[in-house]
Order: sequence, then structure tokens, then C-alpha cells
Amino acid sequence: MTAPLLELRGYTFQYRAQAEPTLHDIDLTVRRGEKIAIVGASGSGKSTLLHALDGLIPHHFRGTASGTVRVAGNDPAQVPLVETATVIGTVLQDSNSQFVGLTVAEDIAFSLENQQVPRAEMPSRIRRAAELAGIGDRLEDAPQALSGGQKQRVAIAGVLVDDVEVLLLDEPLANLDPASGRAAVELLDDLHRDHGRTIVMVEHRLEDVLHRDVDRVVLMSDGRIIADAAPDQVLASGLLEEHGIRPPLHVTALRYAGAPVTAAQRPSRSTDIALTTQQVEAVRAWVEEGSPDDGSADAQRSRDERSGDAGIALDLRDVRCEIPVGPDRSSVVLEGITAQVRRGEMLGVLGSNGAGKSTLARVICGFESLSGGELRIGAADARGWSLAERGEHIGFVLQEPGQMLSRPLVTEEIALGLRARGIGEDEIARRTTMVLEACGLAPFRSWPVSALSHGQKKRVTIACVLALEPEVLILDEPTAGQDFAHYTEFMDFLRTLHAAGTTVLLITHDMHLALEYADRVLVLSQGHLLADEDPAVVLTDPALSARADLVTTGLYDLARRCGIEDPHRLVHRFVAEDREVRAAQGDAG
Amino acid sequence: MTRSHSPVTQVVAIGIGAALFFVLGRFAAIPTPIPNTSINIQYAILAVFAVLYGPFVGALAGFIGHLLIDVTGYGIWISWELASGVFGLVVGALLLKNAIADGEFGTSLAIRLNLSILLANGVAWLLIAPLGDVLIYSEPANKVWAQGALAFVANSVTACILATIILSVYARTRTRSGSLSRDQ
Amino acid sequence: MSSPLLGYVDREGPLHALSGVSKLALALGVVLGAMIGFDVRYLAAVAAGSLVLWAVSGVRLRDLSVVLWLITIFMVLNNIGIFLFAPGYGTELFGTRHLLLDGPWHWDVTSEQLFYQLAVTLKYFAVLPAVLLFVATTRPPEFASSLARLGVPYRFAYAVSLALRYIPDVQREFRTISQAQQARGLDTSRGAGLRTRVRNLSSVLMPLLLGTFDRIESVSAAMELRGFGRGRRRTWLVSTPVRGRDVLVMLIAVMLLAVPVALLVVNGGRYWNPFV
Repeated sequence: MTAPLLELRGYTFQYRAQAEPTLHDIDLTVRRGEKIAIVGASGSGKSTLLHALDGLIPHHFRGTASGTVRVAGNDPAQVPLVETATVIGTVLQDSNSQFVGLTVAEDIAFSLENQQVPRAEMPSRIRRAAELAGIGDRLEDAPQALSGGQKQRVAIAGVLVDDVEVLLLDEPLANLDPASGRAAVELLDDLHRDHGRTIVMVEHRLEDVLHRDVDRVVLMSDGRIIADAAPDQVLASGLLEEHGIRPPLHVTALRYAGAPVTAAQRPSRSTDIALTTQQVEAVRAWVEEGSPDDGSADAQRSRDERSGDAGIALDLRDVRCEIPVGPDRSSVVLEGITAQVRRGEMLGVLGSNGAGKSTLARVICGFESLSGGELRIGAADARGWSLAERGEHIGFVLQEPGQMLSRPLVTEEIALGLRARGIGEDEIARRTTMVLEACGLAPFRSWPVSALSHGQKKRVTIACVLALEPEVLILDEPTAGQDFAHYTEFMDFLRTLHAAGTTVLLITHDMHLALEYADRVLVLSQGHLLADEDPAVVLTDPALSARADLVTTGLYDLARRCGIEDPHRLVHRFVAEDREVRAAQGDAG
Repeated sequence: MTRSHSPVTQVVAIGIGAALFFVLGRFAAIPTPIPNTSINIQYAILAVFAVLYGPFVGALAGFIGHLLIDVTGYGIWISWELASGVFGLVVGALLLKNAIADGEFGTSLAIRLNLSILLANGVAWLLIAPLGDVLIYSEPANKVWAQGALAFVANSVTACILATIILSVYARTRTRSGSLSRDQ
Repeated sequence: MSSPLLGYVDREGPLHALSGVSKLALALGVVLGAMIGFDVRYLAAVAAGSLVLWAVSGVRLRDLSVVLWLITIFMVLNNIGIFLFAPGYGTELFGTRHLLLDGPWHWDVTSEQLFYQLAVTLKYFAVLPAVLLFVATTRPPEFASSLARLGVPYRFAYAVSLALRYIPDVQREFRTISQAQQARGLDTSRGAGLRTRVRNLSSVLMPLLLGTFDRIESVSAAMELRGFGRGRRRTWLVSTPVRGRDVLVMLIAVMLLAVPVALLVVNGGRYWNPFV
């Protein structure tokens, strides 16, 4: 055993502004060459733990600490931040904020410049770090020209340039679509295996993290370490669900089928797990047990009921959108999109980052102008409408709720749009009560918006938009960055809204989200419409997923390995059971 | 009590403040009925930055932001760029001790804020800018004084109104959440 | 897309090849020189020099046409303004009065006034091309290092770089927020009344500012982690080394500054007075 590189002993930390400690009595050891995933729900203290190691606590965030911290033998609180940074390279969650240079090369050089490395030595070191991080071909690009995944690679190169021993990553997958997320996990694995880096990452998307091996999974909850063991043991322990982390889908499916995994089966990956014959039988029986075409028939029925004669909410014909990217240049972001949204539908718009799905929403709302084709809202041609006119029919909820919230109180925020439309105070009061009720915000009606959680803020933006009584609600990445508990809570809330008659358009890169909640999906790739299908069909068409740069879930592999012919039946069975279990939990809670 | 910001945070606040000043000055000017004069909302934002991050940040964010606007538009006109910096400096200096970040924004502070903005605008547009124009560019005094007076009125009105609204809302977003209870 | 906004023109040219420091020194020399000097001969020479520089730079008028239009309008308006407010200012400055045209009230046109306004206009012609050329021929990443090499503290120089870095982001954010608020009916476009617009504008500024404060926090944490501000100096990746011709350019810059100072003494004041 090598000596501990990072060590926390009995560490407790309380932020200055908070009443309670965020971390309680933490004991954690990381040895040289290990790869560790720290998982935990939002607010479990996992990011705070990272900053206790990298020195931002106490150098940037202040508070009171007890216990000991050692990074390569030093206490990060006692030595300057930069000294800790020679051992630990931290990659923050928001890779856009971490990108401070005007070009990739400049940003990678940032730390070298601060150490006064002579200019002549920089290019070779930059190149080496950039190649290690897989971004060597974009050295002259500006940050605006890069995707989220590429910016993250720049951030990784920016710390590798210092030959750090440890990489500390704060939710590296939070802002990435699943395909780039997997690529990032692969990159980290290469850095660990081929280049001997110690890796510590904080993340709640466990299934994606386990795409490659990790040595240990540390599970945190309420500022304490609940489990610290090999991933197979943690998966088999059943502790994850208890503490708000979604286990890989195949692990949950096996549990539902009554044949839970054991640590000895190496359950981390759906492709590698050593399934027993009993388990295969159990899964097959479990799938059969549901009515023959359980979920899909349900979905079909509800679809038929709703779309019967309800009419068309949105009608896009040969839509094209060109966005200027420079003084004389523009790029075509959408081309030849023809699709319809029926009233009362819950429709998914699926695609990887940069596929044009957000642009599609922006075109519908009039944020970007159409450069070809037709757009009808209801029966009317919407091309000449102003933003406000479209806003009466279509409510667009941005991914970042902060971009829509301007008033200190929840009720003021909701009333803002209504007053602007000249609606009377009585009516405003009526609608406010109604949307507060619908969005589960009634208990918070007099709260300041700033005291709400991210998910609650998002509900406030939905409430604001719903108060205008639009026919269609469009949500951009509704669950981005939210942990499993918040994810399900939020999506179940959307389903209630939908059941009450709102047409919902979900824009997402998360295949499982579309699968669980959408009646139908539009698959976009590079500005083109690849498919307009039942989500389960998209899932079971590997060629289509590959072309759209989507990632199939572990359920697909499990179905294949159990010899189930229609993998979507397993998926529907899973979704149905998942709902029942959650409903039961909801009643119990 | 004013929170002290680390030197690095100040550098970042200057840079991003200047970027905000630039974007608002460039793309969000509201034309008024008086030709060639627009309401410059960027001074309201500059006042907010000066109050929250201090006079040093206010001065440099204003100066750099205005310089960038001019370099990419009307051409360098040093006396007015300096005046923007002086505006940020004066507002920041007059409100050095405030507890807005801790959620306090009462009537007396609002009055102090508005008086400071008026005074800062006065120094910037009735003193520095015209004086600079006369000394540096040898422009006729009555012309530059008329321009300065116009800028003084327009910028004072918007900066006072918008900065008061913004800071009072900001202070309310900083209230502690510990005392909150759910409404039944 | 490297900030098309700031007008860097990516093209081979003699000015492009120069180091940013010497170009910045030249631009500063011109700006400061023209600030001090009001001698028409000097201004004419600098203006001519600026135009020649433009001709050889490889930057076309079309590249900066929008900016040039703005400047022209501003210049014309300023000239009209000066004449409206102070048509006798030339006489006041030069002490003589040669009437050319007898206008209404005090708006008489005199040679002295025209000469004075010629000097003001020449000032524009001297300064603006130089500044625009600096912007058009220097890559934005080199701005900051050039400032630092001229002795500006690096923290300040880096703030300039950060401003350039975040302008496109802030612009996009501002656009998204104002569109989202307009969709809610908060009109900030020309259609709405002034009072409504100002009020609705605060609903756009508030989210923009709160987002900006968060960004300042995370950017500064990231910069501290990567060692910004640790030393009294820092080096710069993007900085073209100074060569022979750069030294020459810097000498010219110094001369541009020295000449008007000398002229102050020679002319016994800021103006060269041809009327006595």
C-alpha cells in the first residue's frame, strides 16, 4: 500500500453563513493511483468535501472547520492555494466560467503564465497537455466556438499542464449530453490507467460514471459518509436508493424482477454483469407478468384518446433556420423540419448537444427568425407574430431558471407577466392561487425566490408561464443537473400538469427521460429530423441512436442478454413498475 | 459592514463589469425624443457595481467599458471615458460602508444612494467631461457644458431610478431564509 | 469566430506582423500627441500619416464600414454643434476676425472659425484611423499582454482581457433574458412607452445582474485555483517579440509625443496662428 495522498480525519465544516455544519466527522483516505467516485444527492456536502481538499476552503469560502486535512502531507488551510494546486488540479462544475482565456491555447497556458514560465517553454507544454486531454486540434478556437464537452477538456488540459498528481472533478457530467459524458468518463479512465493520475470525482449520475471502472464509490448523505467500498458492493447494498442516488437501471430492474444483484456478479455494467440463469428467468417472467403489451398499449390508448379530434397545437412545415455567426457568415442550424404537435400531447424532442433542439424551441417562440418554411400555432400562421403574441400561446421555460426571475417574491414574479398584459387584480389573484396550487408552491407563496432550491425556482418559472394560460408548454432540459429525487419529483409534477390538459414539449438529451415520460419523440441530429416515433422504438433501434449520438440505457442490454425479443417491453414494464413503486413511496411518505 | 472582496474577485468584477457596461451601452440604449441623446442604462449598472464591489472596481469597470464602446464605435474621446470612471469611483467612495449584501436597504440608504449618484453624475458630467473637453480638445465651453448638462440630467434620472430599484430588489434577495415558515 | 464585434481583421499585412506593444505604443503616441497638440500642421501630418498607414495595412474601408459611418455622423454632428453653440470661438482663440459670410444672429462664418473647426476635424482624422487600425490588426489576446508590457499592472491588463472574453457571453445572456421576458409580455422594444420600458428593463437587468454576480464568484474561484495573482509579475503566451522595426515604430511613437510638446514652446501656446 502506498502512502495516503489525500486524507481527511474527523473533519467537520460549517460555512460562515449557515446554521448547521455541511460536513460532519468525515474520514476519507485516497491513495496514490486510486480512482474514486463520490456520489450523493444535492446538498449532501460532496462539493464542499472537494473544496476542503483543493483549498478553496478556507481560502475562498470561509467558515469554521475542525479535524485534519492532509494533501501530500500538507494542510491546505496552512499553505497558499497555489501550493495545493501543484498537487491537485481542480476542474469546476461550470466549465464556461473556468475558461478565462480568449483562445484554447491561452486558457491552457493560464497557470503557466501565473507561474512566470518563460514564453518559449509554453507551446510544447500546452500541446502535450492538450493532446492528453484530447483537445489538441482546437488550440486556436475561441470559447464560444466550443461545446460543453470540449470546454471541459480545456479545463482538464489547463490543470494537466502543471503535471498535477490528482484530478478533482466537481460534477463533470452535469452539463454534458450522455454521449459526451461517456467520452469524458473514458478520457478520465485513460488518464488514470495510462498516465497514472489519481482521480477523485463528485457526481450523481452513477450509471454514467460506472461506464468505466472505479476503485471505490463513496456515498454521502447529509454531510456524512454512508458507504465507502468497491462499486460492486455499494450497488448490491441497496443503500443508493435510500440516499437519493439512482443505481444503474439494470440493477434496479433486477431488483424489481425479484432477483437482486450480489457484489460477486460485478454488477457495475449491464454488458459485463455475470447474470445467473435464475436471474435471466426472473427477468423474463417479470416482463411476461405485465400485460402482454402493457405500457405501449397504455401509451397508445392515451395517445388516441387525446389526439382524437383535439386538433393541432403546432404545425411546422419544412422549417429552416440560419443563424449568423460572424460578420458575413451564417450557419444553418435547422433544415427541412416538418412535424406536428397535437393538443394534449407530451412530446419529447431528443438529440445530442448541438443537434438543434433548443433552436427549434427558440424558433417556435420567435427568439430566432425562420429563414424558410412555415410555422402555424393553432390554425394561424405565426410568422408575423411578436414575441409577446407568441407568448400568449406558447410558454417557454428556459433551462436556467435564474434567467427568468426578476422579483424578490414568488407571487410578485407570477403577477409580473399578468400585469404587463393588463389583466385585472382580481383575475391576477385567481390565477396566482391556481398556478401556485398546480405547481406545489402554495406553501412558499410568501417566500423570497432566493430562498428556494433550484428545482423550486424552476417551478416558479413554470408557474409564471402557466399563469399566462398558454396552450403549449416548452421545457428546455427540465432536469439538467438535478439529482434523482428532484428529477422524479419534478417530472411527476410535469405529468400532473400534462394530465390536466397542458400540451408539453420536453427538450432533452436524456433518452430515459423521453422514454419514461413522452408519448412520442422527435429525434434531431445536426439540424435534421431523423425520426418521429414512439420512444421505445427509438431505443430499440441502435443504428438510429448511434446516428443521433444518443446513448442507449442499460435496460436495452439487459433485455438483449436475457433473450427478450422486444426490448421495449422490458422498458415499458420497468417504467410501469417504477411508477408504482414511487407512488407507493409517495403514499407512505 | 461591507464585505471585502479578494483582489482576484475585484479583477474579475472589473472585467465582467466592463463587459456588462459595454453590452448595455452598445445594444440597450433607449433613444429619447431629443435627437442624438439616448438613455444610457449602463450607468445604473455601473452604480450597482460600484456600490457592491467598491470604488476601485466602479472606476475601472466604467473606464474600460466606455473605452471599449468608443474604440469599436465613436472613436476615443478620453475626457468622457474618464468621466465614466470618475462616476464609478465617486459612487463607490460615497457608499463605502453599506450592508446591502446582507439584505439591508432602508430609506436612509436609498436617499444616500440617490444623493451619491447625483453628486457623482455632477462631478462626471458637469466637471470632468466638459473640463476635459475644454482642456484637451479645446472645445467651446458653452457647447460642452450644454452636452454635459444633458448627460447629467439623462444619466441621473435613469441611474437613480434603475439603481434604486435594482439594489432594493437585490437586498431583498439577500434576506436570510432561516426564519421562513411554510404558509398553510 | 474570434469576436467579430471588435473588428479584428484576419489578414496578412505589415501592421499585422508588428508586435502588439509597438502598435499600442504608436496608437497611444497618436492619441496623446493629438490630445496635447492643436497645431494644424502637426495634426495634418499625423492625419496624413494615419491615412497612409491605413492604405498599406491591408485593411479595407469596407471591413470597418459600420464603424466609419458612426464616426462620420458623430463628427458632422459635433461640428454642427460647435458652430451652433460657439460660432465666434475661432475669433476668440486667434484674436482676429475675417468675415466670410454674414449669417443670422451670431452665426457669422469667419475664417478663424473654419480654421478652428478644421483643426478639430483633423484631430479626428489623426486619432481615429490609428486606433481603428490597432484594433483591426491586433489579435484580442495580445491586447492584455501589450498593455502589461507597456507597464500597466497585469491585474488591470487582465481585466481588459476578461472583458473581451465575457462580452459575447453577456451579450447572449442579455438577449435570451430579454426575449424570455418579452414573451411574458414585458415589452422593452420601441413599441412601449418610455415609463413602461424602463420598468420592464429592470426585469431584464435583475436576472442578468444576479447571474453576473454568480459568474464573478465562480470565475474568481477558478482563477485563484490556477494561481492568478500569486506573483508580482506574470508572463504572457500571446505576445509577439519586439524586433528592429518595432523599435522603429516605438521611436516614432515617442516623436509623435515630443513634437507637440516642442510646438507648445515654439508657438507659445497650443495653436499655430496663421492670422497674425
